[in-house]
Amino acid sequence: MRKAIAVGRKEFRQIARDRRTLAIMLLVPVGFLLLFGYALNFDVKNVSMAVQDRDNSSESRALVSAFLNSGYFRFAGTVHGDQELHRLMDRGRAILVLVIPENTGRAIRRGEVAPVQVILDGLDSTTGVAVLGYSLSVVRSVSNRLLLEQGAPVPGVPPVAVEPRIWYNPELRSALFLVPGLIGFIGMITAAVSTALSVVREKERGTWEQVRMAPINTISYIVGKTIPYLGLSIVSSMGIVLAAMVLFDLPMRGSWLALLLATTLFLLAALGMGLLVSTIAESQLVAFQIVLILAFLPTFLLSGFIFPIQNMPVVIQAITYAVPARYFLVALRGIVLKGVGLGAFWVQLAALVAFAVVVLGLASARLARERG
Amino acid sequence: MQRLLVLIWKELLELRQDPRMLPIVFIAPILQLTVLGYAISTDVRNVPTVVVDWDRSTESRRLVEAFDASPYFTIKYTADSVEEASRWLETGAAWMVLTVPAGYGRDVRTGHPAVVQVVADGTDANSASLALSYTSNLVAAYAQEVAAARAPSGVRAPGGLRADVRIWFNPELSSRHFLIPGVLALLLIVMTVVLASMGIVREKELGTLEQLNVTPLRRWELIVGKLLPYGLIGVIDIFLVVAVATLWFEVPLRGSFVLLFLMSLLFLVNTLGLGLFVSTISNNQQQAMMSAVFFFVVPLMYLSGFVFPIDNMPAVIQPIAYAIPLTYYLVILRGVFLKGVGIATLWPQALGLAVWGATILALATWRSRKTAG
Repeated sequence: MRKAIAVGRKEFRQIARDRRTLAIMLLVPVGFLLLFGYALNFDVKNVSMAVQDRDNSSESRALVSAFLNSGYFRFAGTVHGDQELHRLMDRGRAILVLVIPENTGRAIRRGEVAPVQVILDGLDSTTGVAVLGYSLSVVRSVSNRLLLEQGAPVPGVPPVAVEPRIWYNPELRSALFLVPGLIGFIGMITAAVSTALSVVREKERGTWEQVRMAPINTISYIVGKTIPYLGLSIVSSMGIVLAAMVLFDLPMRGSWLALLLATTLFLLAALGMGLLVSTIAESQLVAFQIVLILAFLPTFLLSGFIFPIQNMPVVIQAITYAVPARYFLVALRGIVLKGVGLGAFWVQLAALVAFAVVVLGLASARLARERG
Repeated sequence: MQRLLVLIWKELLELRQDPRMLPIVFIAPILQLTVLGYAISTDVRNVPTVVVDWDRSTESRRLVEAFDASPYFTIKYTADSVEEASRWLETGAAWMVLTVPAGYGRDVRTGHPAVVQVVADGTDANSASLALSYTSNLVAAYAQEVAAARAPSGVRAPGGLRADVRIWFNPELSSRHFLIPGVLALLLIVMTVVLASMGIVREKELGTLEQLNVTPLRRWELIVGKLLPYGLIGVIDIFLVVAVATLWFEVPLRGSFVLLFLMSLLFLVNTLGLGLFVSTISNNQQQAMMSAVFFFVVPLMYLSGFVFPIDNMPAVIQPIAYAIPLTYYLVILRGVFLKGVGIATLWPQALGLAVWGATILALATWRSRKTAG
């Protein structure tokens, strides 16, 4: 144990002197959170919308102003002909074009069905689905209001209706979903990159020989190597969790102790992964490349950070079980958003423990073999 | 010219000697595109749903069957109370609880308005709002069926506005069609920025850049010769990725391939210039790689509109997004693939790429003169 502490102190001093590692561990997380926390957003608002009002009646103007006052749309211009419509859509200047044909107002006054055309740019499907929903509901409510004003029969209460309730994130703010993912992503990158470089650096600098000869066993060496990085990355992860609460109103509905436990286990898995890479690679460059492939892309794509795992084909889903961030995100979102206790995500924590034990075990085995 | 060819030949030989190169150049892009193509999707299908049916009537069973038959929902569990059902929401095993209250069947039969309750897990805001809009569409269609069955025949439907929706460019609203063209851009960046910057810094580390500096090669010949092989790799990747995207993932290529190819070449000038620039600010390969990844690849990925629409970003961040060449290239890619538009529409973006490419190349050349001169 004393030996492990000695290795830890040496490593700590080295980190303090190595500006780059320190920057990766402390500055990159904050910078990433600041920049990307604001940029990552699926909440659709200010959709640019163009209008072709061929009717120009009070009814058609009521429809247009209802669209613009809904808060979701931004007026992008009036369209006078088909050619102009195509140009606006092709250039992406308008996501939605509302075409109101002649005699719409008269048709409504006569109690007839008056079709209006909603042309939607479906390129970005996420935005498309949301805009579609908004525009249908605007048209429906304007239609009912106009009918009511004329005393015409309003389509009655539908025989079956849904009463939706949204739990955990009632305003459906996408930031609440994405920021925990970003926290996991940043934690993974900083922890895995910094340790991946640590053992290789010793090899490259030739200090590895000294370590080999030193009278310490492999376990103490691994423990000593891990502790300083673990301490630093816990501090930096908790820092960005706090920053996310201040900046992005991330709630904290569960227990801090559970959060600390989950974060520690996740970082341990990430550090173990970095350490394992470090024992395999011969140079810092190769180590960095392997970390990119093993930690960076999977955490971005396969952890459920942005793209729901449930939608992936079975083969890809199988791969996601080997991505530690997958488990951490379930636990993290469970704690901060749902306020659930260990009972709800102990499986995920167990998986993180198993992952950490396997990678740290493999790393020790490889180190022990290299030390002869 | 001859000297330039010799230099390019030397670079290609060096690339070939590196045993890691071949798989990186040819296999990695296809593999990445396949995994990416399947993994990235923000569509919602088979929402795992818990049913709490307090009514247990023919009508309630019909409603539940309508949910189960829809491609958007899968009934995974049944529970006797909302509390019991909420357990699955807490663990994330289910995303939605559909509750049919007692008396629902009677209300439907007697013509009273019936209400079913839906509880959605809002954690994943995007999926939840999609699931809710599918729910209201499904129930509205079902209600219409009920109303039609009940209404006496011959009564005219009430008037009012009816939205007649046409979706252009991506009528199925498939997120894959939106995202896969972007993967081409992402791969080109990873392949060329990272590889080119590391390749040049390697010569610096090995000291062979000094040797090249004292040869009679002119500076532009040196730069072109160093960058062209990576450009060639990029060109091969363009063909590979477009083939996989259109043939395997069936993303429609509605515009001209020639335009797509020319614009990709223009984008390659940008990424190669960026690679050269990164190499001038790095002393060793590790620094080059880290700078490339942390300062360029990650911001490009998140801020270019690849996944997250730029229009949703705060006003402070939007200028950054428009300062990124990838933003322009993505508009071009999606324009050519999905909209089928030509240069007449895309010239502002093409101009943006040209200006950006010229600037970064000039900057990198100027810096390399300062550092190596």
